[in-house]
Amino acid sequence: MTQTPLSVVGRRARSLRSARRGPARYSAFDLLRRGALGRDWPRSFTQPELKGSYDAVVIGAGVHGLATAYYLAANHGMTNVAVLDKAYIGGGGSGRNTAIVRSNYLTPEGVRFYDRSVKLYENLAVDLNFNVMFSQRGHLTLAHNDSSLRTMRWRAEVNKLQGIDSEVIGPEHISRLVPYLDVSAEARYPVLGALYHPPGGTIRHDAVNWGYARAADHLGVHIHQYTEVTAIHVEADRVTGVSTNRGDIAAPVVVNCTAGWASTVCDLAGVRLPLITHPLQAAVTEPVKVFLEAVVVSGSLHVYVSQTDRGELVFGASVDPYPSYSMRGSLEFTEELAGHVLELMPSIAKLRVLRQWAGLCDMTPDYSPIMGVTPVDGFLVDVGWGTYGYKAGPVAGEAMAELVATGKTPEIISAFDLARFAEGRLVGEKGAAAVGH
Amino acid sequence: MIRIPCPHCDARNSTEFRHVGEAAARPDPSTATPERWRAYLYERANPAGWTSETWFHTMGCRRYITVERHTVTNEIRSARPAGGTRAEPAAALSARGDAGSPDAGGQA
Repeated sequence: MTQTPLSVVGRRARSLRSARRGPARYSAFDLLRRGALGRDWPRSFTQPELKGSYDAVVIGAGVHGLATAYYLAANHGMTNVAVLDKAYIGGGGSGRNTAIVRSNYLTPEGVRFYDRSVKLYENLAVDLNFNVMFSQRGHLTLAHNDSSLRTMRWRAEVNKLQGIDSEVIGPEHISRLVPYLDVSAEARYPVLGALYHPPGGTIRHDAVNWGYARAADHLGVHIHQYTEVTAIHVEADRVTGVSTNRGDIAAPVVVNCTAGWASTVCDLAGVRLPLITHPLQAAVTEPVKVFLEAVVVSGSLHVYVSQTDRGELVFGASVDPYPSYSMRGSLEFTEELAGHVLELMPSIAKLRVLRQWAGLCDMTPDYSPIMGVTPVDGFLVDVGWGTYGYKAGPVAGEAMAELVATGKTPEIISAFDLARFAEGRLVGEKGAAAVGH
Repeated sequence: MIRIPCPHCDARNSTEFRHVGEAAARPDPSTATPERWRAYLYERANPAGWTSETWFHTMGCRRYITVERHTVTNEIRSARPAGGTRAEPAAALSARGDAGSPDAGGQA
C-alpha cells in the first residue's frame, strides 16, 4: 500500500470543495483540520457581477449598510439586494471609530434602542460565525463637577427603569476599577464619581464589518465595492433606481447608510437633512502591558480611553470645532488630547503616540440619529450617526431591514424619524451621546 | 491647522476663531410657518465642496467675517467682513494683500 502525501489529499479536498459552493464554517476543529491537511481558507466573500436591477439597494458598506443587507436576507428572506460603496468595506466611520459599545443613554427611546444593539452584539459572534471579540469590560463616565454628577444620577435612574445595569459609584470604587487614574482631591479636575456601566465595552470593529459582509454574501446579497453612486433617480416623488460609475441599477427601494457623507447622497435625491459633518480624531499609543480594563470617559476633558488586546491605548476626543470632510489629523488635536489624558493618568506621560486618524461624523441638532422614510417614496435614510453610530449598527440594520421588508416603521426607531425636526419632537441625547459639550 | 485670512487682522490660526455656521437667510418671523422656521433652524446644505460660512474672531478683532472655504481640502479663497454687499472673491483677496494697515481689506 502506498502512502498518499498530505498535500495531495489537500488538493483533492480543495477541488471537491470548490465543486460544491458553500461557506466554510469557522471552528477550532476546522482550524486543526485545515492546518493538518494544508488547506487554504476560501475567500470570505465573493465578487459578483453588477446586475441591472435589485429589490433593494443599500448605499454604504459600513456596519449599518451591511447589517441592513444581512438582516434583510436573514430575517426577511430578501436576498436580491445590493450593497454599494464608493470605496471598500468598512473604510469610513465603521473602520475609524474607537469601537466602544454601551447602552447607558439619557432618553428612554435611546436607552431601549442602544440596549437592543448591545444584546445583538452579545450574540453576534455566534450568529455570524465570526469572532468579533466583544469584550464587556465595563464602561465608566467620570463626573468632575456637581452638574455632571447630577446628569449621571439622572442617567442611572433612566437606565435602571429600562433594565440596564448602570449605577453611580464613588472615587474609591473607581480607583479599584482603574488603578492609574488620579482620583486625588488635588487633581485639576477632581473625580467626584462616575456612571458605571458593566455591560459596556469594546469590540473589534473590522471583524464586525467583515462578519456581516461574509454572512450577507453567503445568503446571496451582492456587495459591490468601489461602486460610487453618481445619481439617484426619482420619478413623481418615488425612487426608481441609481446610477453608478459601473452602470445603472433599477430598484424600488434605496437606503442611504453613508453617515458622514449622508448629506451628499441625500442631495442626489433632493432630500435636505439637518446634518453638519465634522471630523472626529482619534489616536493610539505604542503597546504596553495590559493595565487598563475598563473604558474610561470624561465629558469635561473631552476624552475617552481604552486599552486594546494588543496593549495600545486608544484615545478619542470630541469632534473638530468646524465642519469639514477632511480626514487629516491636526497637531492641535494631539496637543489637547495629550494634555487631557495626562490630567486623568499622569503616570503614562512617557507613552508615545503611534498614529492618529480622523473619521467623519454627521451631527444632528439633538444628537440622535435619523432613521426611516423621507419625502421621496422608497428612499430611506439611516443617517445622522454622529459620534454614536458603531454601537448602534446591529439594531439599526435590524430595524431598517424590517422597514424595507414590511413597509412599516418599527416601534424601536419611530422616535428617530426625519419629520421630528419639522414637527418639533427632538430626542435630546446630548447629555449622554457626546463628550464635546 | 487652517489659517484664516481675517480681513481685519490678516492670516491667523483657526484656533483663534469660533465657527458660527453656514450663511443662511433668516425668514420673516411674522410670516414664516413653523415648518419653514424649523427648516431655517436645522436644515443645512452641508456640502462637500465650496461653502460660504460665518466665523467669529474670538481672540482677535472680535468681529464676524464671511469665509469661502472648501470643506474637503479646507482651502480658503476669500474672507470678508460679514454683512453688507457680497464682494467678489478676487476683490477680497487683493484687498487682503494690502497687509500693513490693520484695516486693510476692511473695505472689501
